[in-house]
Amino acid sequence: MSTRTRYHLAQFNLATLRFPLADPRMADFVALVEPVNALADGTPGFVWRLVEEGEADATGMRPAGDDVIVNFSVWESAEALWDFVYRSAHLETMRRRREWFQRHVDAHLVLWWVPAGHVPSVGEALERLALLRADGPTPRAFTFSSSFTAEEAAGAGPGAGAGAGGEPAGGEPAGAEPAAL
Amino acid sequence: MEDIDAIALLQDPVRRRLYEFVAGQGREVGRGEAAEAAGVARTLAAFHLDKLVDAGLLEAGSRRLTGRSGPGAGRPAKVYRRSSAERDVSVPARDYRTAAGLLAEAAESAGLDMELQDAARRKGRALRGRGGSFGTLDDLAEVLAGRGYEPVMDEDGAVLRMRNCPFHVVAEQFPPLVCGMNLALLEGLVEGSRVRVRMDPRPGWCCVAAAHSKNNEH
Repeated sequence: MSTRTRYHLAQFNLATLRFPLADPRMADFVALVEPVNALADGTPGFVWRLVEEGEADATGMRPAGDDVIVNFSVWESAEALWDFVYRSAHLETMRRRREWFQRHVDAHLVLWWVPAGHVPSVGEALERLALLRADGPTPRAFTFSSSFTAEEAAGAGPGAGAGAGGEPAGGEPAGAEPAAL
Repeated sequence: MEDIDAIALLQDPVRRRLYEFVAGQGREVGRGEAAEAAGVARTLAAFHLDKLVDAGLLEAGSRRLTGRSGPGAGRPAKVYRRSSAERDVSVPARDYRTAAGLLAEAAESAGLDMELQDAARRKGRALRGRGGSFGTLDDLAEVLAGRGYEPVMDEDGAVLRMRNCPFHVVAEQFPPLVCGMNLALLEGLVEGSRVRVRMDPRPGWCCVAAAHSKNNEH
């Protein structure tokens, strides 16, 4: 089996709400959640997304703070994820991000490879984000603008698949990542 | 090959017609079809098409044009499509791409989406000029074509889509920021017209589509 089918790409991002979701100023965003999630589910290359037990989505889960919602999914390839995030109706939520979300100073989106079939945990995601913030982009935790292939991640040693240790810092500051809300 | 040499190849009228035909189709084009469109013999078309490939202006592939496969389907034909690589020349040398990327990076990290959209909307209004407005999608298509968007009418003529993003390099680096800017620019351009623009991104296309406005809304 090729690395392309043995590994899937996980993405996790934070978005700090400007107003509570029940606030009328968030109504346009709230109205987009369900159709955009349905769009993701039907997009070629989509594998999995985080959903709170008994709910339709994960907007109620606040593992990173009361006013921080999380977005967590797994895709077959970086191309499939990129096309969904930036070349589908999802882009509309990104275009209007400043109406709904606060600007993040630190990195708020992280990508990493997981073995196909592995369902990553929120704890794992927070760990990857912390790695990105501490070390900058590495094969263990990276961004769209400084990405690594599954081969590079596999070649970076056993730790790359398990979330252990970081590589020396490198490349641009993680805060420059343009990809997320 | 230097950009200026590649671009100079397009000076030849036959090559220019072949390039524009292939680029305008948005799909793979066979030699015979391109030759016919350019009004030249197939062997001459093949010669010029391959020159355009050598220059990186087109990409070549092979495909069975009949759509059949297996024994009897025939040898695959050589097909051409526009290269995704960009060539550009500035005389004297200027580097607006790096400037655009740096400005976008600063705007992104400062969260200046709204400010950029406001500026883009004003720019769109200024491009439209005093009293200018679009009565039909065809009118808009002409202006967009002049700005490099490569507009294409959907089959039923109700929606205008753009095959090219004039801001491609920075749009790929900072999609929400630059696509938001692009939409705002076009919103300013069509303000007060009987056509409207909206975000409707799909892979390989510009993020914006235009349609006639309903109920005379703007």
